[in-house]
This record gives sequence, structure tokens and C-alpha cells, in this order.
Amino acid sequence: MKKKIYYSILFLFFIFIFSVFYLGLDKPNSYTPNEYSNKNLETFTSKELFLNDEFNSNDIIENNQFTLVNIWASWCAPCRSEHSLLMGLKEKTNINIIGLNYKDKKNNAIKFLNELGNPFEKILTDPDGTISIALGAYGVPETFLVNSKSKIIRKYIGPLKTENILEITKIIK
Amino acid sequence: MISSHIGYYSLILGFILSISLLIYSIYCFRKNNTKINQNIFSILFLQFFTVIISFISLVYSFVISDFSNETVYNNSHTTKPIFYKISGTWGNHEGSLLLWLLVLTLFIFLFIIFSKKQPTKYRLLSIFFQQIIICGFFLFLLLTSNPFNFLFPVPNEGLGLNPILQDPALAIHPPILYLGYVGSSIIFSASLASLVQNNINSLWAAHIKKWIQIAWVFLTIGILLGSIWAYYELGWGGFWFWDPVENVSLMPWLCLTALLHTIIVLEKRSLLKSWTVILSIATFTLSMSGTFLVRSGILNSVHTFANDPKRGVFILLFLFGLILLSLILFFIYQDKENNSQKKFFLISKETSILVNNWFMMYFLSVVLIGTIYPIFLEVLINEKISIGPPFFNKLLIPFLAVFLIFMSIGPKLNWIKDNFEKIKYLRIILFFICIILSFYLIKKTSSEILFTSVIGGGALYLLFISIEDLFKKKYNISQVISHFGFSLFILSILFNSLFSTEFSANMKVGQELSFKKDQVKFLKIKIFEKENYKSVIANFEIIDEKENIISLYPEIRIYNQPNILTSEADIISSVFSDKFMVINLLKGEEIFNVRYQTKPFMIWIWISTFLISFGGILGLLKRN
Amino acid sequence: MIKLIKIILLILIFTLSFQKILYANNNYLLVNKISKNLRCLICQGQSVYDSQSDFALSIKILIKNKIEEGKSEKQIYDYLKNQYGEWIVYDPEFNKKNIVLWIFPLILFTFGGLLIYRKVFIK
Repeated sequence: MKKKIYYSILFLFFIFIFSVFYLGLDKPNSYTPNEYSNKNLETFTSKELFLNDEFNSNDIIENNQFTLVNIWASWCAPCRSEHSLLMGLKEKTNINIIGLNYKDKKNNAIKFLNELGNPFEKILTDPDGTISIALGAYGVPETFLVNSKSKIIRKYIGPLKTENILEITKIIK
Repeated sequence: MISSHIGYYSLILGFILSISLLIYSIYCFRKNNTKINQNIFSILFLQFFTVIISFISLVYSFVISDFSNETVYNNSHTTKPIFYKISGTWGNHEGSLLLWLLVLTLFIFLFIIFSKKQPTKYRLLSIFFQQIIICGFFLFLLLTSNPFNFLFPVPNEGLGLNPILQDPALAIHPPILYLGYVGSSIIFSASLASLVQNNINSLWAAHIKKWIQIAWVFLTIGILLGSIWAYYELGWGGFWFWDPVENVSLMPWLCLTALLHTIIVLEKRSLLKSWTVILSIATFTLSMSGTFLVRSGILNSVHTFANDPKRGVFILLFLFGLILLSLILFFIYQDKENNSQKKFFLISKETSILVNNWFMMYFLSVVLIGTIYPIFLEVLINEKISIGPPFFNKLLIPFLAVFLIFMSIGPKLNWIKDNFEKIKYLRIILFFICIILSFYLIKKTSSEILFTSVIGGGALYLLFISIEDLFKKKYNISQVISHFGFSLFILSILFNSLFSTEFSANMKVGQELSFKKDQVKFLKIKIFEKENYKSVIANFEIIDEKENIISLYPEIRIYNQPNILTSEADIISSVFSDKFMVINLLKGEEIFNVRYQTKPFMIWIWISTFLISFGGILGLLKRN
Repeated sequence: MIKLIKIILLILIFTLSFQKILYANNNYLLVNKISKNLRCLICQGQSVYDSQSDFALSIKILIKNKIEEGKSEKQIYDYLKNQYGEWIVYDPEFNKKNIVLWIFPLILFTFGGLLIYRKVFIK
């Protein structure tokens, strides 16, 4: 009798292990960051791109109902494709966008903007990438939609897509 | 084109044969013949033959770059060197499974030839259980991982093999590893058969021991090759990362090593029968679980295979079926007789082997939980955590210290019963001398002294004991060499991790920086166009205070198909130390990130691991 | 008597082995130590120390900055965990969630010890 109990427990134990593994198959094995975090975006201070003076992001964020913080770089190919969407968004909604120029050279950044247009209210620089880390970003391109209290309403990892633009447009109305 | 047809239909034929063997072996089993029907031999050989035809056709398709075959298309390219075209056959999921089948069918055939002294019914039952596994693999291949799928229209060019996989060590690493895994499948089937036939005794132990040794040697060398590849190729200077795929090969090894020791007890004293069977089942289960974890995409790792959950489900069900079968058989056939007439005395070789198993199972549990716990956490409470080297080091190293000491004592003890006098005072003094010795050696590095001294002391003690054994008359050479190798292994790793130095900086061509007592000079770059990549080779010189110059040529390779950048480290190995240098191109600049490491005793890590397996090879060659 | 010595010896070895590793007071070594314990989030199974990706390089600079600010190792880990989740640190915490992780092998070890004890000492 004792033996039967042991074996039944063992059997149930294996069923449990296998069920977990089975369910685990559906889960993605790489990190899918929480795109709807309840966090606040850290305000950051850095040298502005053109004039080189220190600028605090809060100066824009506080004064606007919504702000878009877009991390970009001239060497980043997907940034080129999303840039036109940003231009379109700026035109339609006049939303305030802060650009964070990531690990870039000033000349190249300016060339990029001359070529594709400048939707940014202000452009701050992140020469070694530490500011992006402070914002909790993974790389470039990445975009945050924040309200005047710096609360992150949406986070977009990777280049912006049309549906993201539509979502942003809806939210800020 | 034709080769794919041949390959596919050969597999179908092989599958039919495997099913018929499944039925036929049970049929013969029931007939109670004294000898095995000659037909069995023939069909087993035919089964193997069909798989080898299939395998050769796949190799052929790779060699001629037949892109009508989907597997070839996905994993090859016309510009690949011929050697890597061939090794590309098994460098992918489908091809590697075909290799599994090849070895499976070969081994069962060899098993039946080399087991003539064993009872017929046991041999037939072994075939039966092994055929279950073989049929399972045929089904898996044909249903989810067919290496002979057609593509139409036929592409002109393939998608290319990952350049990181184009390496000689990596080309032989899978086959050798599979030899180990398949060996463990034979042990599994044979143990189940032996269980059912109540054939677990010391004669059977002597017979199965050879297979355990074979599997163990291959598994050890397979893991060694994987580590060597990681060190020379991946460019990080490490050789073991506690990466899930590595852990998955380590777990069956730990189990198999425990089994290797347990089978000796079974052979000499007919004890631990149930435990032997349990270990056999566990070893194979772990090998198969490893296959699952690596191929189903459930784990995040540097070298996982295809991420196809459908395949994962198949392996999972198959695995579950095998475990269920083992549980049921164990439940029904477990020897109810108690072996307790034979007692285990505290000071005896049997007990020391029990202690070995005890520690091995602990090590196994640490690696196991460290590898699969994130999966459980994610499924149950939807949170992700990472488990890496700090966890494994914390849990394993303290126990390793004690384990080393037991390794010095255990093999010396007699069977059945021994006495405390074996543990002579001299040895205790020697032990303390070792601790003090390693203390002085380690003191220089101003890192943790006590804890590393103890490990160092334990390993040194084992080393001296082993050397002492070599001078004695009566000793078991395979055991001495393996244990000696292990002590050397621990010492090499210890000194390597303590005395390694690293230099990391961003440098331009022509720049010179100083590092400790050396000068690091970045002389120049040369660019070459190779067969399937562009090679950027940097020339560095390390000049020490005595004006000795070491030249290093780390390389960056820019591949065209697929478009990947890899860093090839330049490693100068010597008996005393490895000089390791790797460079990386920084974005958009003419600046390179340079990492230069000195790694003392690196080569001894490989030598000592080989020594460990060499002991096993010697054990195989020994005549009983 | 000798039995006692043996047992004391083993306990000593055991407890000594649990000492934490001390590092020389060198920021560079500390950066390495911390980055070896961090997962590179955009790579497949590499640590920040091993990786040369942008993310990893930025993290390494960030760690260096924080050390120079005087932050302790734990503070740096906590900061990064707050930004990116526990996933980024390779050393799992010892908390309610992970208790099975840490305890399971030790329980198994004790259980094994009991089995052997039974086998050897009980008739």
C-alpha cells in the first residue's frame, strides 16, 4: 500500500513538471518588456545638440500636456524610416517632441535632420548612452509618450509604426 | 534532387523496419528460444543501413549545394568551404536528428553483437525498449523535422550557415556528444530489460559497465570539445558560462559519472540494484530533456536550435511516455527482496561510493534547478528571473571542497569493511600542509583567501595522493588517472581564475598604452578578401619589461552570407599561460575596443579534462 | 576521537567555504564584477561583461559613473532592477519567490544524507 502511495505521488509530480513545461512552450523566451509600465520617466539634463548648453527635459515636459521623447541616431537605419512618421505626427498634431540623440556625432546628426526634417522641439544628446539607460531604454530607436507629470503612458520599442502613430494621435486628443 | 528522394524513402523504409523490429523482438521474446534468431541481426543491420543511406544522401545534397532541399537551403551556401558543407549536415536541427538516428541504430546493432554472453530474453527485451526510442525518433523526424523537404522553385543560393558554427571543434562536437547520449539510451533500455528479467546481478554489471564507460568517455570528450570551441571561437575568453545548453549536457554527465561508480558496487558486491536502474533511467531522461530544452525554444541561450514549439510538444510527450513506462516497470518489477543481509559499513569502499553519489546528486540538483526554475516561475507567477554563474558558484563550490577530500579517501578503502587506521596521521598532516601551501600561493592576489585555500588545499591533497598511488604496486590505473585529472582540473580552474589579468581599452592604430608592467602597441591593420568574408586583421605587440615581444593578430570578420560581424580572438597558448586578445569595432569610428587577457594554466584545463576521460578509456581497455 | 576530528574538520571546511569573495579596492575590477553579473538584455544569453553591444557598453559606463558617485554594489543592482526588472541580474535574490530555488538542492542533500545514514547505521 505504501508503495502505491509513493508511486502515485511520483506520478503526480511528473504530471506537474510536464504541465509546466508544456505551458512554458508558449511563453516567449526573450524579454518582452512591459510596455504599459506605471512608472515615471526620469527627467534628464544634457547638452543640447546645436547650442551645447545644458538643458533640462523637465522644462518641456512640465509645460505640455503630452510630450514624446524619441531616442534616435543618424547611423540607425530604422530611425530613418520612423522619422517620416514623426514628421507627419508633428505636422498633424503639433505635439511636442524631445529628441535624444544617441551615441552620435553632431555633424552626422545635423546632416540627418537637414535631409529628413526636424520635428523636435529640442534635441538633447546622449553621447555614451547612459541617459537612455537611465530612462530604462534598450537601444535605438525607442519612444516614450509622457504626460506633464512625466508619467509614461506608452513606450514603443523599435521604430514607430503607423498604428503607433494612430494610437498616439488618439491619446493626445 | 534524387538524393533527397533516396534519403526520404530510405528513412521511410527504416521506419517500417523499426516498427517490425519492435513487434518481432517481442514475438521472439515470447517464443522462449535459447538463441536469438539470425533474422534479428539482419534486420537490425538493415535498419542501420537505411539510416546511413539517408544520412549520406543528405551529406551529398549539402556537398553539391542542392537547394531544392529545404534543409540545405536554410543552412548552406555555395561559397562555404567543403569541410563545412559536410559538417553543416548535422549543424542544424533536422540533420542533427538524422545523426542521432544514425548512432542509435548503429549502437543497438553493436549492442546485440557484443552481448552474446547475456541471456537471450534480456537481449531481446533490450532491443524492444531501444526500438521504442528509435521508432520515436523516426516519427519525430518524419512528422516534424524532415530533412528532405522540397522547395519549389529551386533557389539559386542558400541562406548560409552561421559563421560561428564554421569551426573544426564545433564540427566534431555534436557527433561525439551524441555518441554519449545514445550510449546512455542503450544503458536505459538494457537496464529496463534487466529489471524486467530480474537479471540485475554482478555478471550483468560487468557487461553493462563497458557501455557505461563508452558513453561516459564520449560524453566527457564531447563536453570538453564544446568548451574548447566556446573558448577559442566565441571570443569572450571564457570556457563555461552556465548557459542552459551547457548545463543540459552537464546534467547527464553528472548522472552518468554517478552510475559509473555505482556499477562498480553492483559488480563487486551485487548491491544497489534498484539505485543502478534509477540512475540509468535518470541519465537517459536527462539526455532527452536536454534535447527538449534546447530545441523547443523554451530557454534563452546563446546556441539554442530551432525554436519550434510543435517539436517541443512532441519531445515532451515522448519523454513523458518514456518516464511513465519506466515508472510502471519499476513499480511492477522492482526487486522486493531486501539486500539488507549485506550491510554497508561506514568505512568501506561501498559507502564511499554512496557518498560520491550523494554529492553527485546534489551537484545535479543544483544545475537542474538553476536551469529550469526560470521556466517554472514564468509559467506559475509570470515573472522572469535570471540565474547565472553567481548562483551556481555559491551552491557548488563549498560542497566541492568537501567532495575533493572524500575523493582522496574513498578509493583507498577496502570493500566491505575497513578501519580508521587507513586515515593515518601522516595524511592529516599532509592535508594541512596542502592547505598552507595553497594559502601562500593565493595570498598574493589579495582576493578571498580562506575559501579558495580550502579548495586549493583539497585539490592539491588529491593530487598528491594520486601521485602517491602511481608509485604503489597495487592500484587501479584508470581510477588514479581520472581522479588525478580531476584534481588537476580543479587546480587549473582555481589558479586560472585567481591569476588571470585583463586589459580593456579603446585604441586607434598607432596607439600605445601601458598595462601593468607591459606595453600594448597597436601597430597596424590589414584587410583581406577571403572566400566568404572580409577579414580585418589587427597587429598588436605586447612588450614586457625584459623587452620580450609577443605579437597578436586579432581579427574581425565581415561575412556576406548571412551578414554578420564576428570577432576572432587571437590566442597564444603555452604550457604556462594563454595570451588572449580580441578586438571589436566601435560604431562609426576608426577606434577599436581592445581586450587583452593573460590566462595562466588555461591549457591545463583541457589537458586535465582529457586525462579524466583517458582514465575511462584505460578502464575500457582493461581486461577483467 | 578521530571521528570527532574528522567531523570538526569537515564543518570547518564547510563554513570557511561560505566566505564571500573580497576584491581589491579597484573600481575597474568592481565594474567587471558587476557587469559579469548582469544580463545583456538585447543579446541571447550573454552577460554585459561579455557583450560588445551598445546596450552593454552603455551599462558599463553607467556602472562606472555610479561607482564614482559612491554607490554600493547593491545600490547599483537595485537601480538596474528598478529600471529593467529582476531579469537583468544573474544572481537571483533570496526572497519568498526564489526560496525553492535556493533550498531545494540543500533539502535534497539532507534527504540523501538521511538515506545513507539509514543504510549504514540502521540494521
